[in-house]
Amino acid sequence: MESAPSQDPALPEGGEVVSTGSAWRLILRTFAQNKLAIVGVVIVVLVVTFSFLGPVFYHTDQFNPNLSAVNLPPGGSSPLGTDQSGFDILGRIMEGGRSTLEVGLAVGVISTVVGLVYGAISGFFGKWLDIVMMRFVDIGLAVPVVFLFIFMSRIYKPSLGLLIVLLALVSWQIPARLVRGETLSLRTREYVQAVRVMGGKSSRIIFRHIIPNTIGTIVVTVTFQIANSILTLAVLQFLGFGLPPTQPNWGSMLSDGTTFLQDGFWWQVYPALGFIVLTVVAFNFIGDALQDSFDVRLQER
Amino acid sequence: MTGFIVRRLGQAVVVTLGVTAITFLLLHLLPGSLAREIIGNRATAQEIAAFNHQWGLNSPLWYQYWKFLVELLHGNLGYSFSKNRTTDSLLASELPRDLLLGGLSLVLSLIIAVPVGIAQAVKRNGLVDYAGTGVSFFLYSMPQFSVALLLVQLLAITYHVFPAIVPQNESAIYLLTHPRPIVLPVLSLALVSYAAFSRFMRSSAIDTLAQDYMRTARAKGLPERLVLWRHLVRNSLLAVVTLVGLSIPTILTGTLIIEAVFNYPGAGLEYYNATLSNDYQVMLGITVLVGMVTVVGNLLADIGYALLDPRIRY
Repeated sequence: MESAPSQDPALPEGGEVVSTGSAWRLILRTFAQNKLAIVGVVIVVLVVTFSFLGPVFYHTDQFNPNLSAVNLPPGGSSPLGTDQSGFDILGRIMEGGRSTLEVGLAVGVISTVVGLVYGAISGFFGKWLDIVMMRFVDIGLAVPVVFLFIFMSRIYKPSLGLLIVLLALVSWQIPARLVRGETLSLRTREYVQAVRVMGGKSSRIIFRHIIPNTIGTIVVTVTFQIANSILTLAVLQFLGFGLPPTQPNWGSMLSDGTTFLQDGFWWQVYPALGFIVLTVVAFNFIGDALQDSFDVRLQER
Repeated sequence: MTGFIVRRLGQAVVVTLGVTAITFLLLHLLPGSLAREIIGNRATAQEIAAFNHQWGLNSPLWYQYWKFLVELLHGNLGYSFSKNRTTDSLLASELPRDLLLGGLSLVLSLIIAVPVGIAQAVKRNGLVDYAGTGVSFFLYSMPQFSVALLLVQLLAITYHVFPAIVPQNESAIYLLTHPRPIVLPVLSLALVSYAAFSRFMRSSAIDTLAQDYMRTARAKGLPERLVLWRHLVRNSLLAVVTLVGLSIPTILTGTLIIEAVFNYPGAGLEYYNATLSNDYQVMLGITVLVGMVTVVGNLLADIGYALLDPRIRY
């Protein structure tokens, strides 16, 4: 076959190289083509930078209430006004963003990892173990979340760590169900049978073969779990079972501000609400796009 | 089919027992004693002992749990010491109002979400789809109470269209015939459910559109309008059964939050007040009730779906 003379010296002989690409490259490419995904990533990067690096450039005192400057409207030395204790709202949003994001991220990762191992074991061994383990998931989903929180907050002093553990405790069930469902189909695949024939132990099959193959579900689930825990945190703060006032977060700012909505102190409500919505939307965008990307991988395989 | 229903019923019973056991155990792990809580710090040892004896609190835990289950089977949810009434009688006056709030908002959200979700699927990636996705993403990304917050700000504070306060002692029938005060609570709860419902309906309708029978219907020359009505809409409605069954826990949590926001007199507000006054018996009763409703909802959704969809064989 005669090759046409190349017009562009940059192109190799035989035309443009079409990358067959690894699965990961395909996923990344589909993800990058999704405009909403890019918007989501940009928002998350901006919000994280704002919350963690913001206080370096914008110093505010978030520990000692300033009673001579309560409920100030935006303007002057505090661009977003002050709250009922005289804390600067802009600085408090940075401070609150840190704990909100920490809680969201930690709960997202912990609950997914727990659900992953639980679901993989349940689905892999099947039979009575699966039946028993899945009933615990059902029970967990049927106990109202708020109840567990009120109970724990009566015994222990709420802290960031405890809150993370509690939120993870009520949110690992959904990932467990998803991973279990996937494991049920994965365990009948040829490569799993091959490992078994070669004498691989169950733990090896689960951790080296089943879990890595659920990566799509896992990555998607983490993003949705992060979004959901940020929302649950806000709801708990609103109902009065969350972090103490010394640990501000967007949820507590929002619910504190609600008290003063009637007085027209809008700046105590909408900035915090805006940041919650923005961040949750961003994580949902990323999750949706990842889901599509992994679907593409499955279709083209 | 019968085997499936029996197996599924068995599961439901096990899960219900699990929920009651966990909530019961958690309540008994709480520090402090019920007797001290009720008759106060200055009660003598004899008084405490008498109280414990009277309420069976000194018998072993398993026996107390057993008694609790037996009472539950007789429809007794417990006794509120702070209100001096049984939890049942407390709830009997609240539940009609809960059904009103939950039922109206469920119907309202379905009436909007089902057509919108199907329209989005049909006109996928069109203007309608983007607008619909945008709205539901926005609502979905808000803490449940803040939807109510925005409505109150807009319709109650800025423009005095609807009041943000619900009368406390009126019956459900009165509220239904004088609906102005319940518009905002119902609308808030409906919008929260709408976000999840329309997304679910959209993806379920997209799945239906890809089915072979849709292609067959088009291939045999059925007008597009009839294809959509007879095949798409009817099959998508199947998904509503699952949807409603599975979203019961979300609706109940939403009810609790909305009732707390609007001071709407219902079981959710009762629960919320019980948490504030440490009325554990009421908390226990309502939690168990919520757990049971959730389990029954899932059960009915599963069985209903199996009955309605002839492709499902067990």
